[in-house]
Amino acid sequence: MKIRYLVYALPVIVLVALLALFMRGLFLNPTIVPSPLIGKSVPTFSLPRLHDPAKSVTQNEFRNQVALLNVWATWCVACRDEHETLVQFSKQNIVPIYGLDYKDDRQTAISWLAKEGDPYKDNAFDESGDVAINWGVYGAPETFLIDKHGIIRHKYIGPLTPDIIKNDLLPRIHRLEQE
Amino acid sequence: MIPELGHLALILALCLAVAQTGFGLVGPWRRQLIWMSVVRPAAVAQAGFVIFAFAALAYAFLTNDFSVQYVAQNSNTALPWPYRITAVWGAHEGSLLLWVTVLGIWTIAVARFSRHLPIELVSRVLGVLGLVSIGFLLFMLFTSDPFTRLLPPAEQGRDLNPILQDPAMALHPPMLYTGYVGFSVAFAFAVAALLGGRMDAAWARWSRPWTLVAWLFLTFGITLGSWWSYYELGWGGWWFWDPVENASFMPWLVGTALVHSLAVTEKRGAFKSWTALLAIAAFSLSLLGTFLVRSGVLISVHAFATDPKRGIFILGMIAAFVGASLTLYAWRSPTLPAGGGFKPFSRESLLLFNNIFLVVAAGAVLLGTLYPLVMDALNLGKLSVGPPYFKSVFIPIMLPFLILIGIGPYVRWKRGDAASTWRTTRVAAIAALLIAIVSIAIAGAAASVLLAVGIVLGSWAVLTALLEPWQRLRARRQGRHATLPRAVMGMSLAHLGAGLLVLGITVTSLLGVEEDRVMAPGSSATVAGYQFRFDGVHTVQGPNYQAEQGVFQVTHNGDAFATMRPEKRKFSTTVTTEAAIDPGLFRDLYVAMGNPLDNNAWSVRLQYKPMVRFIWLGGVFMMLGGILAASDRRYRRVAPQVALDTGAVQPVEPGTDTVMENRE
Amino acid sequence: MKRLAIVCCGLLAAVVSSSALAIDSEPPFPDPATQARYEHLIHQFRCLVCQDETIADSNADLAADFRRQVHNMVAAGKSDAEIRAYMVKRYGDFILYKPPVLERTWLLWGGPFLFLAIAIGAVAIVIRRRSTMLDSSADDGEVQ
Repeated sequence: MKIRYLVYALPVIVLVALLALFMRGLFLNPTIVPSPLIGKSVPTFSLPRLHDPAKSVTQNEFRNQVALLNVWATWCVACRDEHETLVQFSKQNIVPIYGLDYKDDRQTAISWLAKEGDPYKDNAFDESGDVAINWGVYGAPETFLIDKHGIIRHKYIGPLTPDIIKNDLLPRIHRLEQE
Repeated sequence: MIPELGHLALILALCLAVAQTGFGLVGPWRRQLIWMSVVRPAAVAQAGFVIFAFAALAYAFLTNDFSVQYVAQNSNTALPWPYRITAVWGAHEGSLLLWVTVLGIWTIAVARFSRHLPIELVSRVLGVLGLVSIGFLLFMLFTSDPFTRLLPPAEQGRDLNPILQDPAMALHPPMLYTGYVGFSVAFAFAVAALLGGRMDAAWARWSRPWTLVAWLFLTFGITLGSWWSYYELGWGGWWFWDPVENASFMPWLVGTALVHSLAVTEKRGAFKSWTALLAIAAFSLSLLGTFLVRSGVLISVHAFATDPKRGIFILGMIAAFVGASLTLYAWRSPTLPAGGGFKPFSRESLLLFNNIFLVVAAGAVLLGTLYPLVMDALNLGKLSVGPPYFKSVFIPIMLPFLILIGIGPYVRWKRGDAASTWRTTRVAAIAALLIAIVSIAIAGAAASVLLAVGIVLGSWAVLTALLEPWQRLRARRQGRHATLPRAVMGMSLAHLGAGLLVLGITVTSLLGVEEDRVMAPGSSATVAGYQFRFDGVHTVQGPNYQAEQGVFQVTHNGDAFATMRPEKRKFSTTVTTEAAIDPGLFRDLYVAMGNPLDNNAWSVRLQYKPMVRFIWLGGVFMMLGGILAASDRRYRRVAPQVALDTGAVQPVEPGTDTVMENRE
Repeated sequence: MKRLAIVCCGLLAAVVSSSALAIDSEPPFPDPATQARYEHLIHQFRCLVCQDETIADSNADLAADFRRQVHNMVAAGKSDAEIRAYMVKRYGDFILYKPPVLERTWLLWGGPFLFLAIAIGAVAIVIRRRSTMLDSSADDGEVQ
């Protein structure tokens, strides 16, 4: 007899479970996709430098230092919003920021940096976007945090803000420097 | 002034809805006849105010009143006037108003056509509907007021999303909402019956036509949406298994199960609690759809701009309505009498299997739709569940279901006779096999097992659906007594539609051809025997857009066949692809232009889509079947009041012949 | 329910494109079987920028890049499994519209059939009970 009552109560139980799920879902962002590259070495690549196409930028930059790789482009509105934050952050000289200029126009990018300030230690120019695919990039801006051994440890999707830098990025950098 | 009156009307409607609910639910409990007699006028007045509010918003759109924020965001002086009306439901706030308006219309219909029902039942039904009105009116007034003013007023409106400027799209939401909201009537009947503790054949008979009407509108709405996405989105797809489409498909599947389960409850007094559960579930899934679309918890191509506050509000409504009704269900159902017995091979038993397959299919769609959310909520990583998943789980569940479609109508209630069913239907079985063999031979290299199975089952459903009307008409011509009631015709037509749908899906998915080409003016391409010559592009001026129109001359076997003109339309902010379609009952040709390339060349997608029209034709036949069945004269007959008091199964009424009772 | 904003791109609004249909300018593979394999493959990957569209249907720049990658890999003779692995390595399972069968997806893949098995079991019990009910009662019901 008890089982019989349980069967009739089953729909309510299912409903409660679903409601809990939806409540949780409201506070999740379905559009953010975590990168499977976290915990892996940076992908090998070789790209011309933005300012000097004859020279190249490779994965070897990410050795023996904690560093950031910021994927950006002049056509990307959110990157423009983020730019000032990056410039301010670079002035603190905490870690070097490398840029991956994604599917951009070289001259536009150079003059943009000249005008708005250049937070980057170096910039790789990815005209076709193929290297970005190897990094699992799906929308600029994205920022990778890379440790001393060249391992990707974290990825920020969307523009960095002073708040994110202070409360999330800096503690992470600090921990990586201790390692 | 008018927008303020609209807003005021919504507030008054809310007050009246509170009265409608209060008197409707408390009246029968306290046995206060006077309270109950207030319910009907309160409900009608409530609905009247909501309809007035809707008219006020429509008026603001027609007069380009850009001092109303919602109008400024979704209309424009250049927008042709019919689209200014349909723009009323072009975004979140207005579509919510449409929802409440549709609920008002259903409420009026229930109040009007329920005069022969016991007053307690009518009170409770209208009370429950009033509760739903309260929920949605509060939601609108607190989170999504369509009448918010914009100060200073905008000079010009932002325009309606161009892809919504289309006749089918204009009609799609009202039809869909009529379906969704219609299930609230079935829900209200079920809750009223549970509250009253009387679930009997009479209850099933009363809620059946309402459920059928809701179901047929939902069927039509989904069909329209599918057709629209086929010609408007530009890539020739007709179903994407997108979360929002799934949100409309789940209530449809459960609603279809409900339509069948109600038949058993009405005829045999069985499956009462199951039927009540389905009625609650169909409406709950409609609410769930609202939540999924308006809360942003899932990724969808067709989502509203989202706001977590709205999500929480809808979630609260689901918790209240569904939670309360399911609790009531858990409390009242165990005491319901079981109803009549039946043999394993009987109409009841087959309908039970029908329900199982439909509900499991809906469960599979729900699981696939929510699984990414579950994974994310449990921190197990992100994944996508898309069309390949749904196809691989949905098809195996639907195959046995399609076999049952053909058998069910030829099995007697209580105890069926397998031999006699086989004698009746074997013609159809053999013919379906022959059709499949011929089709395979024609398809040649493109043939596959799935094609064969799809054609056999589709033809089987079509032929068995035709069998019964044909037999009855033949019997009548031979002078024997046989009737063809609308309920039977409706069922046959709906099953015929299901068969056509299966044939259309099978053939167009497996034998369709799709080719992307780069075409320069003067060049030609051949797809499935049709030769397309590209004659270049010229500019065409539309009312609120500018289009680049390509011209394609199509020849077939050397004869001029058609001139097709696909367009790329540039609206103020967006560009849309307007595909050119040469329609035919047995095949569509579909041309869409991609991007301009060097030397006046364009990237072009050419498609040959055999029998794609059968998909929507199937939907239309199902809808027509629903209309016929809902208009059966049985539902217009006054039910004897005694049935309610004894809780007994409705006796067979005089003048109803046994064939009809048996074969309905 | 609503097919409102078919607005490409969610939060990031980064790679916005203008047209509403993705058609590539690359020549199709001369061999129809290879072309079919390519078409099939691009219908299995999700465009990450445009929400809920395959890379075949999406007109985002990123989708075009993905198609080019897939095209190149097919041309280089890579197998379907290798191409899928390539994409998953970079973007995770999220990019696959057909989720892989893993421990954490067994419920997804098995669920519908599990539901069906349970439901059929329950129906079998109900039918047996109803069947004996008919045997034990002389009442032949209301429908003759």
